[in-house]
Amino acid sequence: MELFVHGDYEVVRNPDLCIACRVCERQCANEVHWYDETAGKMKAYSDKCVNCHRCVCLCPTHALKIVKTDDTYKINANWNNATINEVYKQANSGGVLLSSMGNPKPYPVFWDKMLVNASQVTNPPIDPLREPMETKVWLGKRTVKIERDEKGRLKNTLAPQLELSVPVMFSAMSYGSISYNAHESLARAAEELGIYYNTGEGGLHKDFYKYGKNTIVQVASGRFGGFKGYLETAAAIEIKMGQGAKPGIGGHLPGAKINEDVSQTRMIPRGVDAISPAPHHDIYSIEDLRQLVYSLKEATEYKKPVIVKIAAVHNAAAIASGIARSGADIIAIDGFRGGTGAAPTRIRDNVGIPIELALASVDARLREEGIRDDVSIVVGGSIRSSADVVKAIALGADACYIGTAALLALGCPLCRSCHEGKCNWGIATQRPDLVKRLNPDIGYKRLVNLVTAWNHEIQEMMGGMGINSVEALRGNRLMLRGIGLTDTELSVLGIRYAGQSL
Amino acid sequence: MKRIYVNEKWCLGCHLCEYECAFANSGLTDMVRALKGKTIHPRIRVEDGEEIHFAVSCRHCKDALCVQSCISGALTKDESGMVRIDREKCVGCLTCVLVCPYGAIMPAPDGHAAQKCMLCTDNLCGEPNCVKHCPNNAIVYEER
Repeated sequence: MELFVHGDYEVVRNPDLCIACRVCERQCANEVHWYDETAGKMKAYSDKCVNCHRCVCLCPTHALKIVKTDDTYKINANWNNATINEVYKQANSGGVLLSSMGNPKPYPVFWDKMLVNASQVTNPPIDPLREPMETKVWLGKRTVKIERDEKGRLKNTLAPQLELSVPVMFSAMSYGSISYNAHESLARAAEELGIYYNTGEGGLHKDFYKYGKNTIVQVASGRFGGFKGYLETAAAIEIKMGQGAKPGIGGHLPGAKINEDVSQTRMIPRGVDAISPAPHHDIYSIEDLRQLVYSLKEATEYKKPVIVKIAAVHNAAAIASGIARSGADIIAIDGFRGGTGAAPTRIRDNVGIPIELALASVDARLREEGIRDDVSIVVGGSIRSSADVVKAIALGADACYIGTAALLALGCPLCRSCHEGKCNWGIATQRPDLVKRLNPDIGYKRLVNLVTAWNHEIQEMMGGMGINSVEALRGNRLMLRGIGLTDTELSVLGIRYAGQSL
Repeated sequence: MKRIYVNEKWCLGCHLCEYECAFANSGLTDMVRALKGKTIHPRIRVEDGEEIHFAVSCRHCKDALCVQSCISGALTKDESGMVRIDREKCVGCLTCVLVCPYGAIMPAPDGHAAQKCMLCTDNLCGEPNCVKHCPNNAIVYEER
């Protein structure tokens, strides 16, 4: 017998406002709402509700709200309701618990414990509306040698670079984990903004080759969808070693999600589970990684930067040092609050470290070893606002990846049910009737709005500090002060406490 | 002339447009007061197939059959190209309902006249309310 587990949320309908238009019923893929014809009333099965807010958002009279259930077991600080329910679910199913999106547990958020400086009197702030304010950045190796040709002219020895109009990119989300329309929205927004989106390990749909100039293609442990044309179309190639939400494990796209289009794009049979192994089976050392980096460079005639993406883990600094020496142009680090389309709950909630600490230690280590210029650093894993971007750059990042924030712009309510494949917003699903709920004409504009707004805010914050380019903010940790941090945290972050002057 | 068009590709079949239409033409400013407990008679109707949904309202045809067939002169085409109905002139013969190939004219709830979409020029909205509230930009108001 399965034990009944009460849902976490309840649908509350204001009967004075409900006009029984049944929009909620038609829009709920979880079949929560239903119309009781005998009573002439809308009713709800709250236990099926995942709190995606689709009904709340579309209800024309705002008659709906979703509340946390107050159903409870005996109050217990150790065995709380969620913990007990998880035991029941596992005893019912015998399976690993699955979750989606980023780690929701109340770990410290170091972005919120850092404060940004501003200029007063002696070094006046800059008004970005009146004076130039550069947010363009270049990603890639900054090492050049002075070499001349036989006529004595300087040779260009600069490695290939990525040019970004704003230090923000859309992080890797595969076609399969997210929908065609979500991908189209990201691709069109990246093109309009002059930034990049990332295919994830799902291959590149044939319709999106035209956005190649703004595409980063990923090569991961399953090698899905990869061939020469795929590499050549892209602006850069990313080798995915790990993902912040699930460090140390691979991926698993269930066969049910592998429809004809996904199958062709991934170049795998239809309906068969797509498994990305935990390791790359040809990479067991930095030397092995170097071989893959140079294989990809060789295949693309050394014209494209190669990114190596790792999850933020305890030894991130040493690993990054190895990556910098492997020939990679850019290191991407994904913090433990980064999102995912599906991950085992225990891994997502307990493995990895915060991106703030990983970034600070990687940047410090590379500078100590004199190899910081060999690579650019891109960080992701819960960059929530332009303030987080500014703080990340001041800690040493060259640019940020945003995934969750981008999905939120597309309408995602962060209900963390992606793994169920029934996304009511048309984002994390392959069901055609749900996918069409995301119109890319709307989606791409919302993404463009978001990044444009962040760009304005980044300029304002830089102007306040008296800084007129991202270049001058990068690694400028004196612009940060800690608040509510221990000495150890301050020393890892490499910043002073609020109130401490130079 | 700007017309209401529906992109079938983006129509979700949520039927919000029907309720927004009924509200717009209710003459009231509160949707709950206008629609609660009432059967609605919208001038736009969503047709649902298995996986296909399509909102249908008056196309304001160039050679409008309804105008040609109107026996009382209630249906006219104005200078902008919009097909108008004058309730005062309509005798309720419903010939227009019979001839409209799209089913976009229907009897008004009182049964004494026909009703059709007049692009919200005959109510307080000023712009088509179905277009304004379509959650997926499936219904658009544009020149084509």
